[in-house]
Amino acid sequence: MVGGGGVGGGLLENANPLIYQRSGERPVTAGEEDEQVPDSIDAREIFDLIRSINDPEHPLTLEELNVVEQVRVQVSDPESTVAVAFTPTIPHCSMATLIGLSIKVKLLRSLPQRFKMDVHITPGTHASEHAVNKQLADKERVAAALENTHLLEVVNQCLSAHP
Amino acid sequence: MAAVATLETAAPTGALWGLVHDFVMGQQEGPADQVAADVKSGSYTVLQVVEALGSSLENPEPRTRARGIQLLSQVLLQCHSLLLDKEVVHLILFYENRLKDHHLVIPSVLQGLRALSLCVALPPGLAVSVLKAIFQEVHVQSLPQVDRHTVYSIITNFMQTREEELKGLGADFTFGFIQVMDGEKDPRNLLVAFRIVHDLISRDYSLGPFVEELFEVTSCYFPIDFTPPPNDPYGIQREDLILSLRAVLASTPRFAEAPAYPRMCERNACCAGYGQKELKDFLPSLWSSIRREVFQTASERVEAEGLAALHSLTTCLSRSVLRADAEDLLDSFLSNILQDCRHHLCEPDMKLVWPSAKLLQATAGASARACDHITSNVLPLLLEQFHKHSQSNQRRTILEMILGFLKLQQKWSCEDKDQRPLSGFKDQLCSLVFMALTDPSTQLQLVGIRTLTVLGAQPDLLSSGDLELAVGHLYRLSFLEEDSQSCRVAALEASGILATLYPAAFSSHLVPRLAEELRTGESDLTKGDGPVKCSRHLRCMQALSAVSTHPSIVKETLPLLLQHLWQVNKGNMVAQSSEVITVCQSLQQVAEKCQQDPESCWYFHQTAIPCLLALAVQASMPEKEPSVLRKVLLEDEVLAAMVSVIGTATTHLSPELAAQSVTRIVPLFLDGNVSFLPENSFPSRFQPFQDGPSGQRRLVALLMAFVCSLPRNVEIPQLNQLMRELMELSCCHSCPFSSTAAAKCFAGLLNKHPAGQQLDEFLQLAVDKVEAGLGSGPYRSQAFTLLLWVTKALVLRYHPLSSCLTARLMGLLSDPELGPAAADGFSLLMSDCTDVLTRAGHAEVRIMFRQRFFTDNVPALVQGFHAAPQDVKPNYLKGLSHVLNRLPKPVLLPELPTLLSLLLEALSCPDCIVQLSTLSCLQPLLLEAPQVMSLHIDTLVTKFLNLSSSPSMAVRIAALQCMHALTRLPTPVLLPYKPQVIRALAKPLDDKKRLVRKEAVSARGEWFLLGSPGS
Repeated sequence: MVGGGGVGGGLLENANPLIYQRSGERPVTAGEEDEQVPDSIDAREIFDLIRSINDPEHPLTLEELNVVEQVRVQVSDPESTVAVAFTPTIPHCSMATLIGLSIKVKLLRSLPQRFKMDVHITPGTHASEHAVNKQLADKERVAAALENTHLLEVVNQCLSAHP
Repeated sequence: MAAVATLETAAPTGALWGLVHDFVMGQQEGPADQVAADVKSGSYTVLQVVEALGSSLENPEPRTRARGIQLLSQVLLQCHSLLLDKEVVHLILFYENRLKDHHLVIPSVLQGLRALSLCVALPPGLAVSVLKAIFQEVHVQSLPQVDRHTVYSIITNFMQTREEELKGLGADFTFGFIQVMDGEKDPRNLLVAFRIVHDLISRDYSLGPFVEELFEVTSCYFPIDFTPPPNDPYGIQREDLILSLRAVLASTPRFAEAPAYPRMCERNACCAGYGQKELKDFLPSLWSSIRREVFQTASERVEAEGLAALHSLTTCLSRSVLRADAEDLLDSFLSNILQDCRHHLCEPDMKLVWPSAKLLQATAGASARACDHITSNVLPLLLEQFHKHSQSNQRRTILEMILGFLKLQQKWSCEDKDQRPLSGFKDQLCSLVFMALTDPSTQLQLVGIRTLTVLGAQPDLLSSGDLELAVGHLYRLSFLEEDSQSCRVAALEASGILATLYPAAFSSHLVPRLAEELRTGESDLTKGDGPVKCSRHLRCMQALSAVSTHPSIVKETLPLLLQHLWQVNKGNMVAQSSEVITVCQSLQQVAEKCQQDPESCWYFHQTAIPCLLALAVQASMPEKEPSVLRKVLLEDEVLAAMVSVIGTATTHLSPELAAQSVTRIVPLFLDGNVSFLPENSFPSRFQPFQDGPSGQRRLVALLMAFVCSLPRNVEIPQLNQLMRELMELSCCHSCPFSSTAAAKCFAGLLNKHPAGQQLDEFLQLAVDKVEAGLGSGPYRSQAFTLLLWVTKALVLRYHPLSSCLTARLMGLLSDPELGPAAADGFSLLMSDCTDVLTRAGHAEVRIMFRQRFFTDNVPALVQGFHAAPQDVKPNYLKGLSHVLNRLPKPVLLPELPTLLSLLLEALSCPDCIVQLSTLSCLQPLLLEAPQVMSLHIDTLVTKFLNLSSSPSMAVRIAALQCMHALTRLPTPVLLPYKPQVIRALAKPLDDKKRLVRKEAVSARGEWFLLGSPGS
């Protein structure tokens, strides 16, 4: 489902991207340490899941490239829904599907099953926004993509904590 | 030899045969030149020489073969220009083949190849073939220097004439050369090798994936510390080597892409050892490469190294001694840097401001001259920019940069008063800082506060008017609301720092305002006004303690705080224990700040302690009509707060002054002598050790705070009586607070008492008392507490009796009544106390007491566990857990495998503390000893997964961390469990606690990666 090329070698599409500050670790509050108080899943928690995903072509995280931002995460714990919009660094980025797939897989692995998740491109930031969104929303295609050893390898590399 | 044999034959000449024989068998050197001269003159052909050599080239004796080839090579060296294409082909084939020969032969073979490498008639493809053969067959670095030099010469010759062909080899050529050069030590050879590296790069040979290796083998010579021997016949100078290596390192933008680049920068930092002369030529290229790195890099490491290199470059330039007529390189270098950076500071989009500022600051941090030059150029620019930008976050960025430059000023203390570069900007800087302090953005305020502190630290910069304004701002900021907590804390900290520098300004402008605030607060509290006032009140006290950093200020703030406590005690206010605790915390902070200055320390002790004791004694007096308010002072928490004030105010006293104090305080408790207390007309006597009101007994905690903090050599009056009273009280069943305080006080004194007859007597008394108490009766638990504290006192000082008492304690683990308490007692034995038996309070605490306790007692605990009946086993596990928990992990790790079976059993123990401690012991074991742990994979997976749904959040977290650590075990062991684990870990992903979910996410993520491509 992904246009392949460019991964691991060859010229970078966006060789000199703007780099953004990393947000620090989320400070632990007294409420979080209290056994009794339930902490609902909030936007920051989702953001913390995806912000450290590695970019497929830069030695940088999605957060540092501003591909994901906390404001673009919508979550409702009671309704079990998550929506994440991501912004490719350039409008013709061929990595867009791969990035979306990485985010989706990270969420699939990290969120309770009850969640319905929607990963899409920030409107108006990519040339083939519609096509990419459609692929990301298609469960069958996502599943098939993860059967592809090469793709799975790249996705795992993006999700690996120690590159 | 077959190859050569196919050469055209010619008639052998008798003379030639003779010469060859003399050279090969006769070991004479002369014939070689003769043969060469004859070949040159056309008397024989090369082929004839080969034929004459004939048998010696095939001789089974390697020495003879070597000699034969040597002759041929020497002839070729002189006659290579005469060779024909065809001859060259055959000779090369012959020589390549001989590279496989005996090592004695190799030097001559290389000579021959060197001769052939000079051949103009070399057909295409042969250069590559020769080099390949050398790379493959010869281990160059094990050859003597001359022969290594020959190899470099061959490479150099080919690079000069066959560049295109060599490039056809691609990165293999680079790799081969790296192998040749790796480990080269001789300066003569290095000179040639550096030249080759330089050419590889400058002529754009393919480095392929070997950029870093190439960089490694060259940069490892940096900096060059070669000193030629006094009679060096080769005339190689240190400078020659430096220059050729510099040529390599400085001309290589491609090295900058190597991950190793930072290391070169690091070594560049050694250039502090080089003088101006050597640096001059490289300055522009070094600067441009550093600048490029800092501007473009994504890696913090590369950036930091680049900045460090710039810093040391500038230092070097600043230090070098100039000849009278030479230009000062520093000035031109600084101008260069300013020119390249300043415009970035002024660009409206502020894209490259940070890298530019960092470069400028790294430069300015190198020397006083650099700092002055840069600061005087940059500050006006930044001041102007601050006003041009109106958004708070832009202003913050600019102020942060200004702050960076101001901080650098502190590094260079100017001796010369007239040359303070900042004085010209002072007014502008002050108004800018005050603007920041009043900005709505907290971030900008924070930077403003830090800048103010740095400005204040500049000697004689701020005028008294500036200070008054500054203090006003700090006063305002000290009362900020909860949501600007960080700002308030920063303001308090700044007040503390500035107060040490400008005590007068704070005494006259801040303390009176705080005093006023406190007074109005008191009257408000009397009216019982709401929590708003209360919090303002609290901040006021925090501000008072924050500025108590100078002795003269303490003399004003301490009375204010104590006065406030009196007000509380008089019952004039609606006071809660929290109010008193807050005052005590403020007092505590003041006491900490006084510790360093002996005079303030004594002042605080002398003023605060009698006052606190008087208040407490007053509160403990029996009353006709009991008042709720006064009893506040006797509450556990309040007394604990007072204990820490008294302790802090005592530990740093000099022994003489402490002795003075002890002669008043001990009689107060033993004899009820209240004469030194202020306002001491109490309604009845103070007799805490008699059967007086129970409140009085509680004050023994205050006595404990004092006597247990005294220096060890201070003699305590009436010690014998005091110890007996304390022991009696510790086993008296009044209230646990006072009996525990008495036991702690007794233990604290025991710990410091010198060994000898008196100590043995005290111990005997204590042991008798404990045994009598533990037997049976109403005060078993008090006797147990005494035992525990006495044991701790002795364990800490390695007293011989400690093992006996520990054994007694261990025996109590199977006691149906005291068992659980005894198990928890091990936690107390192993942990650090805050009030007694502390190092700060001069207790005798041996550094390794935990390790020693572990070694002495763990075997007995394990044995006890196995022998114990089922119902008390958890007590042993818990005791063991406490011991393991407190031990430094590196000490514990080697012991753990022997405890493994016990630990695995402990995983099934229902007690949370045992579970937690067991998990925390297993987690490092999983990381350190995966092979041993693999044997238990089945148990581990099952138990960890069970514990990941424990009711205790800490246990769930620890269990999931262990699940994560499991992934370090060998993958084949884990794979059978992968589907099961991934399914099971889906559940904690939905845990109600975020901290648990976080661990579940990382554990599950790692399990997904197991055995999966790309992991």
